[in-house]
Amino acid sequence: MFHVKHFDVVVIGGGHAGAEAAAASARMGARTALVSMRKDRIGVMSCNPAIGGLGKGHLVREVDALDGIMGLAADSAGIQFRLLNRRKGPAVQGPRTQADRKLYREAVQALLSRQSGLEIIEGEVVDLIEGPGGRVEGVELLDGTRLSAGAVVLTAGTFLNGIIHIGDQRKSGGREGDVASIRLGQRLGTLGLARGRLKTGTPPRLDGRTIEWDALETQPGDEEPVMLSFRNRQPLVRQVSCGITHTNERTHDIVRANLGRSAMYGGHIEGVGPRYCPSIEDKVVRFADKTGHQIFLEPEGLDDDTVYPNGISTSLPAEVQFDYVRSIKGLERVQILQPGYAIEYDFFDPSALRPTLESTLSGLFFAGQINGTTGYEEAAAQGLVAGANAAAAVLGRDPLLFSRTESYIGVMLDDLISRGVTEPYRMFTSRAEYRLHLRADNADQRLTPKGVASGLVGPERAQVYAEKMDRLSAGRAMLSSRTWGPQDLLAAGVAVSRDGARRNLLQVLAGADVTWDHICRLEPQAASIDADTRSQVWRDALYAQYLHRQDAEADTLLRNEHVLIPTDLEFPGLPGLSNELAAKLERRRPANLAEAERIEGMTPAALLLILAHCRKSVQSRAAAR
Amino acid sequence: MGDTIFALASARGKAGVAVFRISGPLAHQAVGRLCSVPEARRAVVRRLVWQGDVLDEALVLVFDAGASFTGEASAELQVHGSLAVVTAVARTLGEMPGLRMAEAGEFTRRALENGRLDLAQVEGLADLIEAETEAQRRQAMRVLSGAIGRRAQVWRQRLIRAGALIEATIDFADEDVPVDVTPEVLALIDGLTADLQREIAGTTAAERVRDGFEVAILGAPNIGKSTLLNALAGREAAITSEFAGTTRDVIEVRMDLAGLAVTILDTAGLRDTDDRVEQMGVARAMERAQAAELRVFLLTYPDEVLMLTPQSGDIVVLGKADLNPNTPGAISGLTGQGVESLVSRIAERLGTMAASAGAMTRERHRLAMLRAFEALESARSQIEKPGGAAELVAADLRQAMRALDMLVGRLDVENLLDEIFSSFCIGK
Ligand SMILES: Cc1cc2nc3c(=O)[nH]c(=O)nc-3n(C[C@H](O)[C@H](O)[C@H](O)COP(=O)(O)OP(=O)(O)OC[C@H]3O[C@@H](n4cnc5c(N)ncnc54)[C@H](O)[C@@H]3O)c2cc1C
Repeated sequence: MFHVKHFDVVVIGGGHAGAEAAAASARMGARTALVSMRKDRIGVMSCNPAIGGLGKGHLVREVDALDGIMGLAADSAGIQFRLLNRRKGPAVQGPRTQADRKLYREAVQALLSRQSGLEIIEGEVVDLIEGPGGRVEGVELLDGTRLSAGAVVLTAGTFLNGIIHIGDQRKSGGREGDVASIRLGQRLGTLGLARGRLKTGTPPRLDGRTIEWDALETQPGDEEPVMLSFRNRQPLVRQVSCGITHTNERTHDIVRANLGRSAMYGGHIEGVGPRYCPSIEDKVVRFADKTGHQIFLEPEGLDDDTVYPNGISTSLPAEVQFDYVRSIKGLERVQILQPGYAIEYDFFDPSALRPTLESTLSGLFFAGQINGTTGYEEAAAQGLVAGANAAAAVLGRDPLLFSRTESYIGVMLDDLISRGVTEPYRMFTSRAEYRLHLRADNADQRLTPKGVASGLVGPERAQVYAEKMDRLSAGRAMLSSRTWGPQDLLAAGVAVSRDGARRNLLQVLAGADVTWDHICRLEPQAASIDADTRSQVWRDALYAQYLHRQDAEADTLLRNEHVLIPTDLEFPGLPGLSNELAAKLERRRPANLAEAERIEGMTPAALLLILAHCRKSVQSRAAAR
Repeated sequence: MGDTIFALASARGKAGVAVFRISGPLAHQAVGRLCSVPEARRAVVRRLVWQGDVLDEALVLVFDAGASFTGEASAELQVHGSLAVVTAVARTLGEMPGLRMAEAGEFTRRALENGRLDLAQVEGLADLIEAETEAQRRQAMRVLSGAIGRRAQVWRQRLIRAGALIEATIDFADEDVPVDVTPEVLALIDGLTADLQREIAGTTAAERVRDGFEVAILGAPNIGKSTLLNALAGREAAITSEFAGTTRDVIEVRMDLAGLAVTILDTAGLRDTDDRVEQMGVARAMERAQAAELRVFLLTYPDEVLMLTPQSGDIVVLGKADLNPNTPGAISGLTGQGVESLVSRIAERLGTMAASAGAMTRERHRLAMLRAFEALESARSQIEKPGGAAELVAADLRQAMRALDMLVGRLDVENLLDEIFSSFCIGK
């Protein structure tokens, strides 16, 4: 008969959220099971073969700082590394790599199989086991196997009631080549959770052997590649270039003539798609005056001829895709291996989640695409949060919480919870108001200590980090121990104003055109500081002045976090609040003023109103005593 | 909702009428216990009766919730302003269960809490209550009508646009955003800084309108400055207060001059002297005169050179017209000759200054705008610098936005609320 196996934490789904959740839970010391439909498809990249980017690279670094797997896997699969915004300041530089699909998948699978305390189970989850009081206490698989657990993490991605659209054809599916998760989707529909539909799309895959590479520009990787993980120094496999081509008027004409046949434009899809990753249909309609759009031709692997044309995702019928692709320079004779498609799937309103990603059903945590986000990195970061917190809950430890002032993870969680989503949520650096502090280069300084304290970071990484910090503090101490007046600095060739102010070398370093030679002229011992430490010290120094200002802002934020909003404050009754805002506030129930401030559509005047009421109820309570 | 509050809204002391205000859920019932409740927003005369005694005959007015100053159900009782009546009505209201005397500023606080006023409007109201002159009244009304909030909103929109342009170059660097956004961002910044600069300059004028302009009368000893001052005070203007300066050297008289609040300074006569005490007086006179918005020089003869030279815009006239009645343009406080025309010249000068007053009236507004202005200047220099960092421009733009948000009240308003509310008299 059906046997029951017991775990501390069961993770449903082996995508980027699931893999990270399972690994994090196991690192915390919880006995963990990862259940996924197919073992060999764990770690599959559903869409583009790349990891990182602006905002996204920051998330990968944060996951890595907490000893996660995404950065390591990306580095082992990386075939073209580029640091985006290299010419801008370090705060807005995002590491990114083109990843060999197969290598990436294999790396994820290898890292998971090496993780102690983690068991991987192949199967489709079809039901949740509810205990007394509606607590989720396990899952049931299609074959009847029951897994009991202290907590369950759901990371079903685009699979819940997934429908694939190509032109006017539609079929059920979790992504191309995978079946959708229907029974679990239906079951979740009975739990009273607020649910919606979102959509996203992917371009056709091309046969690289039929592309005229010689006719195209190419883009190589960076000369000095920057890795995704703090633990790696250089690429681990052969590096390749991408091709660059453009759409043209003819491409646009073909698309325009067939708009009515697009799944998205023909009205076949009710879900909302992301504005940031527009399909070619969107681009042609919304930017009608542009005569060409850039396309990156990205190889999907070293021993794979498949090419991913980044920039032309679509849900047009296959024959139209064929026509418009062939209108593009270099692709005149190209063969399509797999047509592009759009997928529509269920997501759950993330504003109902707790900061630990536990849902309103206790014991059930949500992470990844099902929370309304899009992207591997967003999914991985949430997976880590949900997995670590599910484990913490079961093991009776303190929850692991993230704040906006400290991490992109905190920004994302807070955005999702306090604002909800109206379109697929993707990370951008501009979402982080403390962007100058939340850099990819200092993610370890921001988060690794917290990870060590909570048990999420293993001894090996903790050791590496401690050594790095020793070098860094020694370097900083050396550079800040003495000050120099303008005379001395000018004599050493440093351009400063003769303002009489004395500066230490960290301040000197922040100046324009200051090199390490200048520093060594003033402090010969500085020559002993290693290159990594130098650049880290420089990056920190660069923003010191602005960071100071941001600290003041962060203080205000903290202060506002201490202004608690009474739980019995009835927003809809508050005169002076628009009905819309009142309804939003009622739904989100911000716990404090800082949370209220971030609710979409919040105005200074409305905030003042809420503040006034908080104060009033504090006063009346004090008076009643 | 809170409890029902009441207070005497007019000034204490004997007067023709005294006005009680009642606000809160029981406001209409409270009226109902004294007389029959009239239709909302219709003033009627009613006899107020409490436990068989007639308290007074009063004009009674009620407002429905959502259509009153506080946003709550409220009422006004206009009774005769005798001490006995006021005391009796106050005691009666205080005896009704559920009613209590309002705390200082509580009516306004409720108006704010109920979204009837924003922070700046509350400040406008405070100014309106304090207003003594026509210009002060008009200025306060401008603030009360929400002009600051509207202005801040427009600026905010432009900042958001500039911020979005910069952010696009950062977050979409790997996509096709080849257009150079710099010209548009610079144009937005230029427009904003120009606006801010104008408003910042205008706050000085606005503050003068609110707190009064200073006009110094200067001249040699005995040229007739004090006589002129008396003439001004007695004939053309109403003296609102009078007190001697801390030394005998500067006399201040505050008056309403053509609708503007003006303080006339009668200074010590300007002359070289060996007397230490008088030297100090002269120095002080010069200092005050220099800080004043306008100086009126009374000369003994046309080419007289005084220790202080007139600045552009100052008024220079010949004094003691009584002694030379035929000199054109000369004035005399004694006979009143030329005084009227001097008054209109002063009024015209100050009027021009007052006209530059913008919507922003307070030091708080000025500081917020100044902070925004500096942030924008920093953004501009960052943009213009070769290799300037977009993320720093963005940080500056955010800073500017936060500063402007403080105009209508945000975040750091906690202390401010206390300050504002405590500056209100009870019941207003
Ligand atoms: C067509 C398409 C286009 C996309 N386009 C973009 C894009 O343009 N930009 C972008 O950033 N991102 C895009 N993505 C999204 C990106 O793939 C996802 O954001 C990311 O993979 C989400 O990770 P996840 O872990 O949440 O889910 P997924 O990677 O989808 O993983 C879900 C996992 O759950 C498993 N699973 C589901 N149901 C069950 C069940 N009942 N029992 C057991 N296992 C189950 C699946 O087998 C799978 O392993 C696209 C995805 C698709 C499919």
